Amino acid sequence: MELTTLWFVVIAFLWIGYFVLEGFDFGVGILLRVLGRDEPERRAVVTTIGPVWDGNEVWLIVAGGATFAAFPEWYATLFSGFYLPLFAILVALILRGVALEYRGKRDDLLWRGRMDTLITVGSVIPALLWGITFANLVRGVPLDADHEYVGSLGDLLSPFALLGGVAFTAVFVAHGAIFLALRTTDELRQRANRLAARTGLVAAVLVVAFLLWALNLRGDTASAVVAGAAVVALVAALVANKYRREGWAFTGTALAIALAVTALFVAMFPAVMPSTDPATTLTAVEAASTPYTLKVLTWIAGIFTPLVMLYQGWTYWVFRKRVTVEPVAVA
Amino acid sequence: MDTLDLARWQFAITTVYHFFFVPVTLSLVAITAGLQTAWYRTGKDKYLRLTKFYGKLFLINIALGVVTGLVQEFQFGMNWSTYSRFVGDVFGAPLALEGLLAFFLESTFIGLWIFGWDRLPKKVHLACIWMVVLGTQLSAYFILAANSWMQNPVGFRYNAERGRAELTDIGAVLTNKVVLVTYPHTIFAAFMVGGAFVAAVALWHLLRRPGTDTDVFRTALKLGAVIVIAAGAGVAVSGDLQGKVMTEVQPMKMAAAEALYETEKPAAFSAFTVGTLDGSREIFSVKVPYLLSFLATGTFDGEVKGINSLQQAYEELYGPGSYKPNIPLTYWTFRLMIGVGMAAAAVSLWLLWATRKGRAPARWLAWLVVPLPLLPLVANCFGWIFTETGRQPWLVFGLLRTADGVSPGTTTAEVLTSLIGFTALYGVLAVVEVKLLTKSIRAGLPEVGGDAGRDGPDTPEDDESKPLSFAY
Ligand code: HDD
Ligand code: HEM
Ligand code: HEM
Repeated sequence: MELTTLWFVVIAFLWIGYFVLEGFDFGVGILLRVLGRDEPERRAVVTTIGPVWDGNEVWLIVAGGATFAAFPEWYATLFSGFYLPLFAILVALILRGVALEYRGKRDDLLWRGRMDTLITVGSVIPALLWGITFANLVRGVPLDADHEYVGSLGDLLSPFALLGGVAFTAVFVAHGAIFLALRTTDELRQRANRLAARTGLVAAVLVVAFLLWALNLRGDTASAVVAGAAVVALVAALVANKYRREGWAFTGTALAIALAVTALFVAMFPAVMPSTDPATTLTAVEAASTPYTLKVLTWIAGIFTPLVMLYQGWTYWVFRKRVTVEPVAVA
Repeated sequence: MDTLDLARWQFAITTVYHFFFVPVTLSLVAITAGLQTAWYRTGKDKYLRLTKFYGKLFLINIALGVVTGLVQEFQFGMNWSTYSRFVGDVFGAPLALEGLLAFFLESTFIGLWIFGWDRLPKKVHLACIWMVVLGTQLSAYFILAANSWMQNPVGFRYNAERGRAELTDIGAVLTNKVVLVTYPHTIFAAFMVGGAFVAAVALWHLLRRPGTDTDVFRTALKLGAVIVIAAGAGVAVSGDLQGKVMTEVQPMKMAAAEALYETEKPAAFSAFTVGTLDGSREIFSVKVPYLLSFLATGTFDGEVKGINSLQQAYEELYGPGSYKPNIPLTYWTFRLMIGVGMAAAAVSLWLLWATRKGRAPARWLAWLVVPLPLLPLVANCFGWIFTETGRQPWLVFGLLRTADGVSPGTTTAEVLTSLIGFTALYGVLAVVEVKLLTKSIRAGLPEVGGDAGRDGPDTPEDDESKPLSFAY
C-alpha cells in the first residue's frame, strides 16, 4: 500500500481505538448517577473503569500526535477550524480526568457527589462534540484556498451535525451499559442489562438515521457496505444482550462503533478535510508529510503499536474479575 | 492586544502551568519507585509506609500533569496552525514517538500500580512503577528533542515550494546537541524540586508532631536533602555545558542573558546590575571577571559577542528587523534561575547540618517548609521563560518568526475565550490540588500492620491503594 494511504488507515485505526475504548468510559460516566443509586454502587461503577480510563485516553493523544506527524496540514486545519468545540472538549476532559482521580481522595459524600456530576458532564460533552466534529468532517466545511477554515461556529452546528452528536452519545451510552453488565454482579448487573436493552434500541435508530444521511451526503458502495455491517453488529449486540451473553454483546457494540467510524473514514477518503467548495478540499496526499517522515513513522508504529496493544490487553486481563458492590464507610 | 499577543500569553500560561507538575512527576515517581525497591529488598515497614505516603502525593500531582498535557498536545493546531504546517514534518515525529512510547507506558502501568497492590505479585507490582519511571523519562526526552529542534534546527531541508521544513535525518533530530545537554539539565532541575518536596514534607512532620514516626521522617528528610544537593551539582555542571552550546547556536541569547551590548574579550559575568531598562547604561553592578568568558567558551579569555554586533550580523543575514529578545527579561530570569535554584541547594545543605547525628530540627525552621520546594520550582519556570523568550523573535530559530506562526483564521474572540477559560480553570484546579495535598500530608504515614506479606498489606484509611480489595 502506498504510504499516504497506509497512514490514513493508521490514523483511522487510532480514532477507532479511541472511540471503542473511551466510548465505554464515556458511557459509564454518563450512567454513573443513573445506575449507581448510592455511594457503594457508584464506587463500584467507577471502579470498573478506574485502572484503564487513562490508558484509553492516550489513544486520543496519539491520534493527535500522529496526525500532526503524518498529516500536518490536516492537524492544522482540523484543530484551528474546530477551535471552540475542541476547547470545550479539552475543558470537559480535564474536569472528568481530575474528578475520576480525586473522587476517592476525600471521605465525604458531598465531595463525591460533586465529582460524580463532573464525571457525567465531562463524559456527555466530549461524546456529543466528537460526534458533531466527525459529522462535519464527512459533510465538509468551508475552507479557503490555503485550507484554512473560514466558516463560523454556526456552520458547525447544522441539524446533520447535531444528529451525529446525539448518535455518538447514544451508542456510547449503550456500549457503556453493556460494559457495566459485563463487569459487575448481582443487582447492578441486572439493571445494567435492562438499561442496555433500552438505550441500545434508541442508539440503533439514531445510528441508522445518521449513517443513512451521511452516506447520502458523501458515500460510495464500500462505505455503504461497512455501514451496513455496523448496523448488523449493533443489532447482534442487542440480541446477545437479551440472552445475557455479555461478552458477545460487548464485542457487538465494539464492532459496531469500529465499523461505523470506518464507514465515515471510507466515505471521506481520499479527502481528509472535505470542503463545501470541492476546489479547496484537502486530500490525504496534499496534507501528508514527506515519504521519508512517513517511512520513519511506519517503522516506529509497526514496532510499538503491537507492543502497546499487548500490555494494554494484559491490563484488562489482570482486572478481569467482576466488581462487586460492597459497603463503604464514608462520612 | 491582538490574536498574536493573546496566543503567546496563552501558550506561556498553559505551558508554564503544565511545568508546575512535570518536574514533580518526573522526580517523585522515581523517588517512590526507589522507596518501594528499598521495601522489596529489606522488607522494612518504614519503606512501605513512605512508598504509600509519597506515592499518594505523587498520584495527586500526576493527575494534573496528565490533564494539562492534553491541552499542550492540541494547542499547536488551535493557535499556531501556520507553525504546525511549517514544522509538522519534523516536529511531529518526536511528538508521535512521545505518545506511542511514553504516554501509553505511563498511563497503563500507573493504572496497574494503583489498582495492583493486592492483585499482582510483589515483584511484578514493583516492575510496574519502574515502567512508569521509564515512561516519564522517555516522555521528557522526546518532547525536549522537539523543543531543541526549535532552538537549533538540524536534520532537515527547507522546501521553498511547500514553504515548510522537511525531515531528512531523524537520528540528527534525536541527537541534536541541544537536547543532549537540555535533557540532563531538565531532569536534574526536576529532581531538585522532588527532593525539596520530600524533605519539606518530612520537616513539617518532624516539627508538628515531634515523637511520631520521627525515625521514618528523618530518613525522608535526609533522602530529600541529599537529592536536592546532588541534583544541584548536576544542574550546575549540565547548565555550564548548556551555556557553551547556547553560545554556539544562539549567541544572541547568551548576550541577552548578560545584557552584553558590546563584544568583550575577556568577558566578565555580572551577578547583579541596576541599569536603564534596556540595559544600555549601568548604574550599579557587581561583576566577576573572566567568568562569562569561561561560561560561554570554556576558556578564561574567550571572546563573547555583544548584542549590537550580533544585531548587525543578523540584519545582513535575515534582512531588516530587530533580532533582540526582551533584554531585561532574559537578564533577570537567567540570574534568578541560578540564584533561586542554588538557594534551595544551600538550604538543603543547612538542613542536613542542622539535623546531623540525631539532632532534632529547631522549631524556627518551620518557616522553611513552604519556600523549600517552591524555590527550585520557581527556578524551573525562570529557566524556561529565559530559554523561550531568549529565542524571540524566532519561533524556530532562523527559520520561522513567532509573528508568522499564529493561526490566520482564528479570531481574537476565540483565543480570548480559551485564554480566559483555561486560566480560570487552571486557577481553580491549583486550589483543589493544594488542598488535597495538604490534607494528605497532614494525614501522615499510613499504618501497614506489620504483616508485610506477599500481597502487600493495606491500610484501612488509604483507600486509593485499596479500592479493589473491598470492591471484589
Ligand atoms: C531548579 C532549576 C534550575 C537551576 C538551579 C538551574 N537551571 Fe538552568 N534551566 C532550568 C532549570 C534550572 C530549566 C527549567 O530546566 C531549563 C529551561 C529549559 C531547559 O533546558 O532547562 C533551564 C535552562 C538553562 C539554559 C538555557 C538553555 C537554552 O536555552 O539553550 C542555560 C544556559 C542554563 N539553564 C544554565 C544554568 C546554569 C549555569 C545553572 C547553575 C549553575 C542553572 N542553569 C541552574
Ligand atoms: C518542549 C516543549 C516545548 C515546546 C515545543 C515549546 C514551544 C513553544 C511555542 C510554540 C511557543 C509560542 C511562541 C510564543 O509564544 O512566543 C513558546 C513560547 C513560550 N514557551 Fe515554550 N515550548 C516548550 C516548553 C516550554 C516549557 C516547559 C515552558 C515553561 C515552563 C515554556 C515556556 C514558554 C514561554 C514563557 C513562552 C512565551 C515566550 C514569548 O512569547 O515571548 N515552554 N514555546
Ligand atoms: C509544549 C510541549 C509539551 C507537550 C505537547 C506535552 C504533552 C503532554 C501530554 C499530552 C501529557 C499527558 C500525558 C498522559 O496523559 O499521560 C503530558 C504530561 C507530561 N509531560 Fe508534557 N508536554 C509538553 C511539555 C513537556 C516538557 C517540556 C516535559 C519535560 C521536560 C514534559 C514531560 C511530561 C511529563 C513527565 C508528563 C507527566 C507524565 C504524565 O502526566 O503523564 N512535557 N505532556
